[in-house]
Amino acid sequence: MTVTDTAPSKVIGTRLLRREDAALLTGEAKFTDDLVVAGALHLAVLRSPYAHARIVSVDVSGALALPGVVAAYSGADLMALWPGPMPSPWVLTPDMLQPPHYPITVDKARYVGDGVAVVLARSNTEARDALEAIDVVYEALPAVVDLEAAASDAVLVHDELGTNKIYTWELKIGEEAVAAAFASAAHTVKERYIQQRLIPMAMEPRAVLVVPQPFGGDITLYSATQIPHLLKLFVALTLGLPEQSVRVVAPSVGGGFGSKLNVYAEELLCVALARKHASPVRWVEERTENAQATIHGRGQIQDVELAADADGKLLAVRVNLLADMGGYLQLLTQSIPILGAFLYAGVYDLPAAYSFSCTGVMTTLTPTDAYRGAGRPEATYAIERAMDALARKVGVDPYELRKRNFIGKEQFPYTAMTGLTYDSGDHATAAAKAIEMADYAGVRAEQSARRAAGSTKHLGIGMSSYFEMCGLAPSRVLASLNYPAGGWEAATVRVLATNKVQVVTGASPHGQGHETSWSMIVADKLGVAPEDVDVLHSDTAISPLGLDTYGSRSLAVGGVAIDMACDKVVDKARKIVAHQLECAEEDLDFVGGVFSVRGSPSQSMALAAVAWEAFSAHNLPDGMEPNLEAHTTYDPPNFSWPFGTHICVVEIDEETGQVEVLKYVAVDDCGNQINPLIVDGQVHGGVIQGLAQALFEEAVYDADGNLRSSTLAEYLVPSAADVPSITTGHTITPSPTNPLGVKGIGEAGTIGAAPAVINAVCDALSELGVHNIAMPASPQRVWSAIQAANGGMK
Amino acid sequence: MRISVSVNGTAYEREVEPRTLLVHFLREDIGLTGTNVGCDTSSCGACTVHLNGESAKSCTVLAVQADGQAVTTIEGLAHDGVLHPMQQAFHEQHGLQCGYCTPGMVMAAVSLLDEIPNPTEQQVRLGLEGNLCRCTGYHNIVKAVLACADARTVSA
Amino acid sequence: MIPAAFDYVRAGSADEAVALIGEHGEDAKFLAGGHSLLPLMKLRLASPSVLIDVARITDLSYIRDAGDHVAIGALTRHHDVEHSELLAQLNPLLAHAASHVGDPQVRHRGTIGGSIAHADPASDLPATVLALGGSLVARSSRGERVIPASEFFVGFLESTLAPDELLTEVRVPKLAGAGWGFQKFNRRAQDWAIVGVAAWRQNGNAGVALVNMGSTPVLATSVVTALASGASVAEAAELAADDAEPQADLNASIEYRTHLAKVLVRRALEAASA
Repeated sequence: MTVTDTAPSKVIGTRLLRREDAALLTGEAKFTDDLVVAGALHLAVLRSPYAHARIVSVDVSGALALPGVVAAYSGADLMALWPGPMPSPWVLTPDMLQPPHYPITVDKARYVGDGVAVVLARSNTEARDALEAIDVVYEALPAVVDLEAAASDAVLVHDELGTNKIYTWELKIGEEAVAAAFASAAHTVKERYIQQRLIPMAMEPRAVLVVPQPFGGDITLYSATQIPHLLKLFVALTLGLPEQSVRVVAPSVGGGFGSKLNVYAEELLCVALARKHASPVRWVEERTENAQATIHGRGQIQDVELAADADGKLLAVRVNLLADMGGYLQLLTQSIPILGAFLYAGVYDLPAAYSFSCTGVMTTLTPTDAYRGAGRPEATYAIERAMDALARKVGVDPYELRKRNFIGKEQFPYTAMTGLTYDSGDHATAAAKAIEMADYAGVRAEQSARRAAGSTKHLGIGMSSYFEMCGLAPSRVLASLNYPAGGWEAATVRVLATNKVQVVTGASPHGQGHETSWSMIVADKLGVAPEDVDVLHSDTAISPLGLDTYGSRSLAVGGVAIDMACDKVVDKARKIVAHQLECAEEDLDFVGGVFSVRGSPSQSMALAAVAWEAFSAHNLPDGMEPNLEAHTTYDPPNFSWPFGTHICVVEIDEETGQVEVLKYVAVDDCGNQINPLIVDGQVHGGVIQGLAQALFEEAVYDADGNLRSSTLAEYLVPSAADVPSITTGHTITPSPTNPLGVKGIGEAGTIGAAPAVINAVCDALSELGVHNIAMPASPQRVWSAIQAANGGMK
Repeated sequence: MRISVSVNGTAYEREVEPRTLLVHFLREDIGLTGTNVGCDTSSCGACTVHLNGESAKSCTVLAVQADGQAVTTIEGLAHDGVLHPMQQAFHEQHGLQCGYCTPGMVMAAVSLLDEIPNPTEQQVRLGLEGNLCRCTGYHNIVKAVLACADARTVSA
Repeated sequence: MIPAAFDYVRAGSADEAVALIGEHGEDAKFLAGGHSLLPLMKLRLASPSVLIDVARITDLSYIRDAGDHVAIGALTRHHDVEHSELLAQLNPLLAHAASHVGDPQVRHRGTIGGSIAHADPASDLPATVLALGGSLVARSSRGERVIPASEFFVGFLESTLAPDELLTEVRVPKLAGAGWGFQKFNRRAQDWAIVGVAAWRQNGNAGVALVNMGSTPVLATSVVTALASGASVAEAAELAADDAEPQADLNASIEYRTHLAKVLVRRALEAASA
């Protein structure tokens, strides 16, 4: 037992500007496609124009005849390169069906964008030109676009499975209680919500560069990925390569939002073809390919039922989901809805009466997978929309209904009926703060005034309170869900001879500012300046152990690992100091980078001196190894549970259906904040992504499975001109689970935003008789809903 | 076709295919990879550079069209190790996260202030309508541009 | 995305441009700012064999008072139309419409002639010039002709401009002191209009044209006729879509588009009548 660090925080909690910025602001930063390797061959993928078609023949001879073309292959030509199918290792249920998936399809195309042939050429232009010379004969089959039609199995996406429904996953707690509650409740609501498909649209399209050493045997894979470590593992497993010969580097990565949390065909193709051709191979995605062949998010039909007593207190929740898998299972496709399965009771005190069921359905559309929030925004949307529906039924204000149901501050740690323990929370305080910041009463007053005056500019205010289950994840909980890997994170902290610090982390940033935040943690722990801390990451040769960045885990797992490694370094330093000052370890205080003997402050030794002593190793305790370095692998004992309340105020032009967001207030509680500047930035970006789901974005398919919004001209990622400023506020409820008291914040904004915006839209339209509107609430959709509510009257 | 383009004050003579886009000329022929490509449809603005001093989307300009013209890229903005005031403002206001849209966004913002030295928030938002960012929600980008304008007013 | 290969030639004058297109034939295209043509070529929806770059013809970039009208050189950029002091006085509707084209980067490169020759019914300027009763000057080896805007737009991306004709000038009337209104309804600022309206009124005369309400920019003749015969703005606006044949797309059904046209024509005329 050692005395823990009692140094006061100096850097943590400040708005330290990011060290990442200079390289990015000047164009110095290197993204994958910026890397130059002489002699690289360029890969291009020919993609199916059909959503569903049998591939009758593929003739690449035309491409081979063109200048610059080195090789061209059909899917069948490449089969010998694949020892097994692409990875999708999470088997949710014992009887889950897993359709085979290879980088280039052989038998059928199963979405528009499914790869059917490839070209390798000397230049990208030549490779792209050559695609037009490949002759593919397709036999078109009926597309499977509608989710309920897909579930009917009228047309099979994978014939050999005999069904499109690959699993049904259930979480049923108190089935009799659920039935009893719905039979006798004073109030019930039954709602259907559609989670439209979204396209993540990270600004940097994917890119891959593979540099083989044909004689040395090693492979270096540069990829615009969130997961260099998992990618290394799966490339080795999928291609049958020795793991130690595969090095993965994620250079600067231009955003991910879950879309780069995957193992993609092009990564496997570049590795396999680089080995086959003994040449570097590179590929860069075009935006249209990104829209078609990088994963989509969401894509669910949610049937949600609430039962409540006369006061609106929740008695039971029942949820049935149909989840759109797309044409194949990518890395985590099937599991995404399940990540939300525990959250359909939201922030409310629900008795043990909960019924959740999700059926995964194959369609002939782009595969879905993790997109910012991954399952949790869907869950929050459903419960928060349904709470507003319940408030209407009970006849109380939505805020009042929430107050009646919040889990009380005094109830934490709270063991939910699902068995999960919410370690901390204070929903009423966060909600009250948001209500005040948004001037809820004032908006309601103006709303009444406008209504009384018969204004055609309808004001609406909506709120959503959320709990996020993140910081993925305790390995044993993952085991109970049958996930094959763990949820730990690794860190090494190394104090160099000159008292400069190297931190090696397994987290892999793509915009989150990890280098800045990690340097702040180390600065406070070791009493060094943040600029003296170098953070190394995203290269498996430098950071061999790690589980990467997703699920708002980097700080709550990876940052905590760094914190704990710092403790180990201090412990070792303390032993050295005690040895050299000839005092007891227990008598040493460590404050601001200096050890001093309690009660005799003149006896002291700075960490800088200890670092040199550890390096020179002239006078260390017997048996102690030289150098000041520690490694930690931290497996979190619980998820982290950030929460908050978001409030949105909209104005709707009844004549056009246009929704304008007048005000957006986000009060988030992510526990202790390492860098509030970065926290706010995460909230801003997350909120706008959620708001964009509510008002702008949708992957629109026609009945033949053609993606009609396949460019950024049609897929409406909003610009600065289209969105509001955001007012952020925070409450701080430290997590008792980890020593930093931190929780994740990367996905919170997105989780809170969509239901707040749509609740505001529905609130504005309620006087016109409109209570539900599908996302995105486009002007046409809003206008049509008003018309329908008016019985078609103008 | 042989062209000569001044990029960040240096004249480059290169042989290019007529179909070479200016952005590919900058990235591949000259090796200035700070300018990024984010879309195929002139929608995202990641490739924004200055052509004769004004913002332009270099994915929608042929290299041959820039023959004899002056191009400034993000690499040409900072001088002598000192960030351009707009770069500095983006840094101070946390106007970037992943940084992929940033070069284009900064170039568009510099051009915006050249035309409207003291814009309102709404003018900044409209002036950046052609640049998409997926990380920041624009909040701090708008703050950065306004802060840069304020700083210039004070120092003028 | 990369366009298919083509040859490139540069014209130093309008006469040279006309000669070059005669030489290269039907597969050749004029290239001005390129902001209509290059996106189509990148998506390989257009593959001309030769591009004749006319952007260097500096004497086709001007805005001048030509007595009974304002003359705008075809290679005048949207940015220059938007910020023209002369247009601010003599035809603010056109200047304002130019400020809505694309985004600032597009307006720095795109030209009024290019936009009008492209004849996109969803573009702001063709409908505006149509509402204004403007005319277009075209030059070919056969000489020069003046085409009224009302006869210029004949189909989707199709005008009466012959393949070998170069649009050299846009002429709009002087409307100093006229009331005007411009409405552009879209979901994002940078997008094409879902529906747009350009309108002006002066001394009992009026002009109204619609953006994206058919395969061509549409002159709302019924609205103008109704106004001339004394109808109120609200009454006239009800006829907004009478001359249109709107199509459905991702953003709007025919019904919604028709409705929007009525609302936006009313709003534009209210602004023009204020």
